[in-house]
Amino acid sequence: MGFVAILKKELKSYFYSPIAYVVITMFLILNGYFFFGMMLSFAEYGRMALENNPEAKININDGVIRQLFGNMSFVMLLILPVLTMRLFSEEKKSGTFELITTYPIKDIDLVIGKILSATAVLLLMVGLTSFYCVFMYSYSHPDTGRILTGYLGTILMGVAFISMGTFISALTESQIISAIVTFGILLIFWVLGWVGTFSSAEGTIAEVFKQLSMLNHFESFGKGIIDLSDVVYFISFITLSIFLTLRALESNKWRS
Amino acid sequence: MIEVENLTKNYGSNKVLHDVSFNVQKGEILGFLGANGAGKSTTMKIITCFMTPTSGNVRVLGLDVQKDSMKIREKLGYLPENCPLYLDMTVNEYLRFVAEAKKVSPKEIKNKVSKAMSSTGIEHVSNKMISNLSKGYRQRVGLAQAIVNDPEVLVLDEPTVGLDPKQIIEIRELIKNMAGERTVILSTHILPEVSVTCQRVVIINKGKVVAEDKPENLIKNLRKSLQIHLKIDGNETEIKNTLKNLNGVINVEYSGNSDIKDFVVEVSKERDIRKEISSIIIKNDWGLYEMYQKNLSLEDIFLQLVTEEKQEIHI
Repeated sequence: MGFVAILKKELKSYFYSPIAYVVITMFLILNGYFFFGMMLSFAEYGRMALENNPEAKININDGVIRQLFGNMSFVMLLILPVLTMRLFSEEKKSGTFELITTYPIKDIDLVIGKILSATAVLLLMVGLTSFYCVFMYSYSHPDTGRILTGYLGTILMGVAFISMGTFISALTESQIISAIVTFGILLIFWVLGWVGTFSSAEGTIAEVFKQLSMLNHFESFGKGIIDLSDVVYFISFITLSIFLTLRALESNKWRS
Repeated sequence: MIEVENLTKNYGSNKVLHDVSFNVQKGEILGFLGANGAGKSTTMKIITCFMTPTSGNVRVLGLDVQKDSMKIREKLGYLPENCPLYLDMTVNEYLRFVAEAKKVSPKEIKNKVSKAMSSTGIEHVSNKMISNLSKGYRQRVGLAQAIVNDPEVLVLDEPTVGLDPKQIIEIRELIKNMAGERTVILSTHILPEVSVTCQRVVIINKGKVVAEDKPENLIKNLRKSLQIHLKIDGNETEIKNTLKNLNGVINVEYSGNSDIKDFVVEVSKERDIRKEISSIIIKNDWGLYEMYQKNLSLEDIFLQLVTEEKQEIHI
């Protein structure tokens, strides 16, 4: 349980400084805007459908829920690198990294503590969007299962973003470099599946890229399906990132 | 307590430490003296398990820094150079975090934190943000951080750098009070600090240990020449030439505008020639107003050591 002290300390840093509040506020403003837009167009679409055919059944699940989680994960892609950029970079810059690594804390506890602290902010941030669901339930009949799988996928993806961000942060003392590189790498993983749509790439290669793509593994969560391969994908992504972070920390001992 | 054996550290092709060996006894305050870039911090980083040596062994409390680093860390207090702290925490919160991180049992945390605060004199700022503290107080928080787990070994890297003279004296007093049951290694490039605070000195230059002794022994043994200061009334060139001809005199210099001139005679330490000097002065009927022999300060010795080392390297 060596990570608890780190977790508590990191949470304090997030909430004593404006970082957590700014990140959560921006996340909610952007998502609120998208949700508002989706609900508006859904209502418009529904009214038109009913005018043409009074018996028509319009479905909020495809119209709003799937897009809601899609948008949420894209906003996370933009915002989470800002949350993770400081985790190790700040400590390296200020020199506290040297001190903390001479405390009797295992590297793995250090990494887990830091990832969990950012995950706690993520959970609060994503949890606050449940207000949208309250709104949907009071005006329609959304599919609860879909909402739950959507949240599961979003959180898995968020933790994957955070663990990659933690790894990049362990490599540099510049927070800006940390954020930009994290964003770049995550965006590449996000759009990797598009290789299949480029004319020259076909067959096995396209399939491999598609399997590596985050977006590809995120889709079924929005449809209400928990596919084991998707869960395994995100867990592997997180584990690999943690492993790389540990190697990055260890390499500090050998270099200057 | 701390045994360093044939320690070598390379950064790429750059050799920072070369075959460094020394020991620190229990309860001792060891001064680790060297110019900037001599390898002091690197040695300390290896002792505190932050870095791994390229070759050589370091044992702290009988444990190997590479194999038993976790056990050593629990019994160690470290204050790195420039005293890095989390500025966004209050002193109390910070020390509680450190105590927790250093595996102090939850029941004892409160007790040990207040003990660390009282022995560094920071109780009255315990609820202030560290970012609002002055440099001197931050240094005290750094020391409190190092001793909060009641460590057996304290490693302090340049603990008085950047402080004003009053703060320096206070911090030195704190360090002296912390010793006793604890073993302390203190690095510095400020020489008087060593003779004031430390019982033993290791001087390091360009990654090599060049001297290791008690400060007073160092002065005695490393003295290659003595300076005899004289105030003499007489013809300066005549005096200079006469003194220069004495056996054992290396150099004579004089200064001053009045009839009574100040002479500095550098003599080898093998013979005491003060008697000869005084009888020559009387024989020539010069007026002797003052004569004293000056011991070289540690600062001079250090400069001497470092310059000697340089000459060796050039050869």
